[in-house]
Amino acid sequence: MGKLLAVALVIIAVASAYPIVTHMFPLPEDISTHGHAIDEQLNDTMWEAGVSFVAAQLVLAFFVWSFTGRKEGSPLKTFPGGARVMVIGAFLLVGTEILALGVLGQKAWANVYFASSKPDAIQIQAQAEQFAFYFRYPGPDGKFGNIHPDKIDEGNQNYFGLDPANEVEARDDIVSGELVIPVNREIHLMMHAKDVGHSFYVRELRIQQDFVPGLDLSVHFTATKIGRYEIVCTQLCGLGHYNMKAYLNVKSQEEYDKWLKEQSAQ
Amino acid sequence: MAEGSVEQAHVHAPPEGFLRKYVFSLDHKVIGKQYYALGLVAVFTGMILSWVMRIHLVWPAAKIPGLELLSKVGAPGGVITPEYYLSLMTMHGTLMVFFVLTNAPFAAFGNYFLPIQIGAEDMAFPRFNMMSFWVTFVAWVVLMLAFIIPDGPPISGWTSYAPLSAVGKDAGPGMQWGMSLWGLSIAIFCIGSLLGALNFIATTLDLRAKGMTLMRMPLCTWAWFITSCIALLAFAVLLPACILLVLDRHAGTSFFVPGGLVISDRLQPHSGGSPLLWQHLFWFFGHPEVYIAILPSMGIVSHILINSMRKPLLSSKVVIYSMMSIGFLSYMVWGHHMFLSGMNPMSALAFSFPTLTITIPATVLTLIWLGSLYGANIQINSASLFALGFISMFVAGGVSGFFLAQPSIDIYLHATYFVVGHFHMVMGVASLFGVFAGTYFWFPKMAGRMMSEPLGKLHFWITFIGTYCIFMPFHYLGLIGNVRRYQSFVDDFMAPYIGWHKFITIAALITGAAQFIFLYNLIHSRFKGKPAPENPWNATSLEWSIPSPPPWNNFGDKHPIVYHDPYQYGVKGSKGDFVMQDSPEQVVPASGD
Repeated sequence: MGKLLAVALVIIAVASAYPIVTHMFPLPEDISTHGHAIDEQLNDTMWEAGVSFVAAQLVLAFFVWSFTGRKEGSPLKTFPGGARVMVIGAFLLVGTEILALGVLGQKAWANVYFASSKPDAIQIQAQAEQFAFYFRYPGPDGKFGNIHPDKIDEGNQNYFGLDPANEVEARDDIVSGELVIPVNREIHLMMHAKDVGHSFYVRELRIQQDFVPGLDLSVHFTATKIGRYEIVCTQLCGLGHYNMKAYLNVKSQEEYDKWLKEQSAQ
Repeated sequence: MAEGSVEQAHVHAPPEGFLRKYVFSLDHKVIGKQYYALGLVAVFTGMILSWVMRIHLVWPAAKIPGLELLSKVGAPGGVITPEYYLSLMTMHGTLMVFFVLTNAPFAAFGNYFLPIQIGAEDMAFPRFNMMSFWVTFVAWVVLMLAFIIPDGPPISGWTSYAPLSAVGKDAGPGMQWGMSLWGLSIAIFCIGSLLGALNFIATTLDLRAKGMTLMRMPLCTWAWFITSCIALLAFAVLLPACILLVLDRHAGTSFFVPGGLVISDRLQPHSGGSPLLWQHLFWFFGHPEVYIAILPSMGIVSHILINSMRKPLLSSKVVIYSMMSIGFLSYMVWGHHMFLSGMNPMSALAFSFPTLTITIPATVLTLIWLGSLYGANIQINSASLFALGFISMFVAGGVSGFFLAQPSIDIYLHATYFVVGHFHMVMGVASLFGVFAGTYFWFPKMAGRMMSEPLGKLHFWITFIGTYCIFMPFHYLGLIGNVRRYQSFVDDFMAPYIGWHKFITIAALITGAAQFIFLYNLIHSRFKGKPAPENPWNATSLEWSIPSPPPWNNFGDKHPIVYHDPYQYGVKGSKGDFVMQDSPEQVVPASGD
């Protein structure tokens, strides 16, 4: 039965690698300026992890094949070099992998989180709530009105709890259920949670960031391709979690300006 | 000290009466079996819950007969509602992580075999030991109560992130009493685990037989000892976290809830708390918990592998130090669950490096296991099959950790099925393979009867192939961005991949069904199995030097004396190719080595 196990291990190694090698599960198209670094990092890691996985399964298979069902009394042998070789091997192999992946990966992370957005980035506020996203633009004055949780009134579409009666800044704020942005412009997205934790995930943008109640968080990104993409919630937020989504609508600059004007007029 | 005069730290009278013998027993062996039984009940409950979830995911309209008996509201006519999916998911995770993966490899086998393997008559504190099981049992009862209260079980997942978990009924169904029961249950569980961990540590340090130096302890005893040290620190943090959670819910405190939250159109009466505080406390426990689940299995598998190979590992010392390093590092990595939580992005790097570093001792262990197989005479039986399967599974689940340890890749893969595949394989299935291997190996000692080998092998093959069919595709689906914890895949891009989910569900049903073969084998062999000899596997450690099953005081009136390290295989002994730990004979190397 040892031989059978060896064969099964080889089949498992090959069958597991097959969908990866043949790209049966491709990553969605990357539409961000920072995403290629993440994809490259993922690809490099896939190589290292994939080779480690296949190699380990094959070695296991080979040893199981060779050292089961031996004649009784067959002499025992010790792996040349013993434990020392294994320890040195692990340190060299994984140590270099860690250094390479760890150091290279910092760049991809830094692109997203260490560089701050440029001063001319478009400021948009995202609010997550059970079970919808809303987006707020500051309007022609360039200033957001304050949020007053006690003034939130979903029935009257006051999702953010704005107080236009008393605050000038709030009067021209634009609120949308869709995140409409111009292509090739940096967006600075300020994130606000109304009730519980949520997350903002756009696969094509290679952006995922939690909304944490009580914390002012933000992400910035530049979309490079016109189109409509799903924004989904990835932080368990209650019974409607699976259906909490919105769309990211990337338009040309002209279309975007037109849309903003229409919204202001309303 | 003269030979044979080693005094045990305590001596107690043989138990009398049904209650003392089988229920409120002070005997570590009975307590071990009680933990095992509780784990068994929990694992089948958890597995059936996963069946229901898998069926619902791919056939949402399917009527599951009998399900409406569980909850009329949650599963009207046998079709589960979106919120009830989350309830079942929460219960699946909680049962599996706490009552299976902590109980079975650590508390059950550890209780039964740690004292015997070090030559002790019982645990250092038998009454504490009994208490730790019964406290754990109460924790299980409290958790299961969530199924029968009208509100139903909570929907916030096994991680119970605040503020969803902290604000009460406004957060949704199950979040009123169900969530409180969860918090209470886990707090009670922590107390049980803390008592258990203390007991393991004291026993290992104080009750070793004469000659049983620390380095002569079998590798599984080492693993249980290291695990106890981890558990002592981890549960000591989760306990206050759960207490604070319950206080937030019922005493009007605001540890985890900030001000200004409007939930279900109601401004919440909280202010000043931090949701991240819960995450830090939870994962400070949560990551070490992964190693609480896997380390005992590493020890068990090493122990069994050596016996099946008929030769020692390349180095036991290296295995012990690797397990220690894993235990130590496990406390520095919790933040990798929180890369995207809004922590300072600098800290992601601080958590990423130790996470990647943990791969080094894990690789050392893997290479030691692999390298030791070279030149062995591997005996194939159910126990060794599961031990070899463990190595395969540990590698498969381990390499995906490379991805998730890197914050940049985590931006894309976080909260996808990739993560679900990763932790199920490495923490779930690999640990359970250790438990299966341990069961087939030690059952003869525990029950005094042999298990059926053909059924054991059938169980192995279906389980081994089946788990790959379930969890490998999880990784692939994660790569396309399939988000976890959804009760239905409504995103357009998922449409072409539903077939894969169906494949997974069918694999899960078959693999799950195979576990009933195991259950049958377990129960049938307990009563009808072939009587087991004292040492059926020609093994060397102390548990095989006493009758199967062992008498109530383990070694009778003898006080074992240990002469050798635990793995004298491949030598010329009076009984064959091995010399037992308590045998005074000289070890003569086999010729030709």
